[in-house]
Amino acid sequence: MPLYLNEEQTMLADTAKDFIGESAPVSHLRGLRDSKNSDGFSRDLWKQFAEMGFTGILIAEEDGGLGLGHVEAGVVLEEIGRNLTPSPFLTTAVAAVAALNGSAQRERWFPGILSGETVAALAIDEKAKHTAGIAMQAERSGNGFRLNGAKQFVTHGHIADLILVAARTGGSANDREGITLFAVPKDASGMTAEAERLADSSIAARLRFDGVEVDADAVIGEVDQGDKVLDTLLAAGRAGASAEMLGVGAGAMTLTVDYLKERKQFGSRIGSFQALQHRAAHLYSEMEVAHAAVLKAQQLLDSGAAEASRAVSVAKAMTGLATTLSVQEGIQMHGGIGMTDEYDIGFYMKRARVLAEMFGDANYHANLLAEMTGY
Amino acid sequence: MTDDLESFRLETREWLKANVPQSMREPVRGDKDINWGGRRADYANNPEQKLYMDRMAERGWTVPDWPVEYGGGGLSAAHTKILKEEMRRINARIPLSSFGISMLGPALLKYGNEAQKREHLPKIARGEIRWCQGYSEPNAGSDLAGLATSAEDKGDHFLVNGQKVWTSYADKADWIFCLVRTDKSTKQGGISFVLFDMESEGVSTKPILLISGYSPFCETFFDNVKVPKENLVGELNKGWDVAKYLLGHEREMISGMGLGTTGGNPLIDGAIATIGLDDQGRLADPVLRAQIALYEVRSQAFSAMSERFIDELKGGRAHPAQPSMMKYYGTELNKTRHELIMASGGSDALEWESERSDKGSKARTWLRTKANSIEGGTSEIQLNIIAKRILELPSS
Repeated sequence: MPLYLNEEQTMLADTAKDFIGESAPVSHLRGLRDSKNSDGFSRDLWKQFAEMGFTGILIAEEDGGLGLGHVEAGVVLEEIGRNLTPSPFLTTAVAAVAALNGSAQRERWFPGILSGETVAALAIDEKAKHTAGIAMQAERSGNGFRLNGAKQFVTHGHIADLILVAARTGGSANDREGITLFAVPKDASGMTAEAERLADSSIAARLRFDGVEVDADAVIGEVDQGDKVLDTLLAAGRAGASAEMLGVGAGAMTLTVDYLKERKQFGSRIGSFQALQHRAAHLYSEMEVAHAAVLKAQQLLDSGAAEASRAVSVAKAMTGLATTLSVQEGIQMHGGIGMTDEYDIGFYMKRARVLAEMFGDANYHANLLAEMTGY
Repeated sequence: MTDDLESFRLETREWLKANVPQSMREPVRGDKDINWGGRRADYANNPEQKLYMDRMAERGWTVPDWPVEYGGGGLSAAHTKILKEEMRRINARIPLSSFGISMLGPALLKYGNEAQKREHLPKIARGEIRWCQGYSEPNAGSDLAGLATSAEDKGDHFLVNGQKVWTSYADKADWIFCLVRTDKSTKQGGISFVLFDMESEGVSTKPILLISGYSPFCETFFDNVKVPKENLVGELNKGWDVAKYLLGHEREMISGMGLGTTGGNPLIDGAIATIGLDDQGRLADPVLRAQIALYEVRSQAFSAMSERFIDELKGGRAHPAQPSMMKYYGTELNKTRHELIMASGGSDALEWESERSDKGSKARTWLRTKANSIEGGTSEIQLNIIAKRILELPSS
């Protein structure tokens, strides 16, 4: 399989580019922010995503989806990134669907995801920095479990219909054994959400679980063996966040290169100055390399290859580095106007920072790769 | 199609298993392990290197994607990729590396006439003739098109006079592909591309001693060298097109250096050997470990980029200036890699002559890599090309 999009994937990319570019460009995000929209995204747009079939990309055909893969999901995410579109697509249609695929709960949750009614959130992180450790407790109680603890950085957590929660049914905080993944519905009593607006205007919740009772059938996969489902969820989430970041970085680079071609100083367009040309060309190179790393990770995930997790970490770290450079160079090369709220480049910087942090930043994944290699 | 590929993979695996000598599956440890071929190649101490090359050449697998009639394997892009994957699987070395394969061959396939292809390509594929490249001159480095070596029309031949510099392995090569000026009135439009035997009368070479203590490059002098007219590649005064096309392939080859070698990871293995691991299994120097880890992110991402680049090239969808990006990124990465190898090796890596240090191989290789971002067009030239041709930024 060559490392570029095939014909069908290219068609999907064109469709996603046109649709998202027209219905949710950066002005859409600006509108939501200025109107202090409390959902953090447009529910109408989420319905339209469903009508386009996007929400079913990773759902099997026999479950009513399109039965496609991470490459196709990534194609949509790249356009979401390029347009900075607030959307539950990554958490719901990518990470949550990947975790639920093959489990009994899919019958309960997939129809709503396919129709654009349901939004899912991921309650994984317990600290400000993503780690592999899960400390939150889930004790056996009657027929099910009782959850106690706190989670943070739960995007859409304040309005999500379904929350996937990683908790500990055995072992201690850093063990892989003893993690269980739960599908918790939003009305579960004892769960409270504090909605926090982030730098990029998105909303993430801090969730508290005070004796939240769930049935045994809320367990996704096996009790104490949730690390495998969590790995699947995280791999999908990381590949997806990488693809979205690629779009953010590419969008920022386009704005910047266009600006270099327009802005005149000293009687010349500033893009003719070699000092800026070399920086732009270096940025282009970093973004191209990141692009290849993302596609490689997506293809390996889709083929079920063992080396996929390594490639996913490479992709997440590399897009983090390249996109961070893209937005930094973006503001610097825009000059003073890049610091204004009126110009879009600042929105790119904020979104890039949030995505860089999600599911582990570049340092986290570089460290993970080193551990996998044995040094 | 898929079945065909799968059976090709299995056959290839079997054939390689039976035909790649064990010594040719060991990691490459230095220039002596690289087979450059040529009239003066000496296989006395390494007969398996010759055996392996001959076996591969017989199937056309020293140049798997060249047409069969010119000594190639006639393989499609997909089949070539499988062959390379299967070779990598058993750490098989590259049977023959040469500027004939990586640079001149592709240019002859595109611009050479039938007689030139039949004369030169099979000899390249079989490792019989080793080529060198006559491009840079003392006053034409980054500004390559400013070259002055002249070729005067003498009816049935050109009379070549001038000097080249940084000619890699000119003292070991059999033939040269050379840029010469056939018209002084224009710059790019007065350059022609010619081939000639390094044993021709009037050719002399002088190795240049480099900071590594080695002399991989030469000064090459031409004093009334007669070059038959049939050795002109492409049209008269259109040599710049051939030169640029070939430079694309040179950049591609140099960019591959950022990928490191097959079999193990000498950077990480070396760091562990010198510095050791702490009780958590981490390299005991945490700051160096972090630098290596971040380097490895870029290095592995660049491996994916190389795969993508080759696929796009074969699929005819690569931007024509993309080799500049590959060359820039790959060479800068390789320099970083060797800085880290030196930082990991500490004072052991500083030894210059000892047997323990394999005659200073770490230090000498580290110094050698500094040329990567100069030869074949400097990093700054590549950035200029990316800015102008890919990003289409305005000229000053």
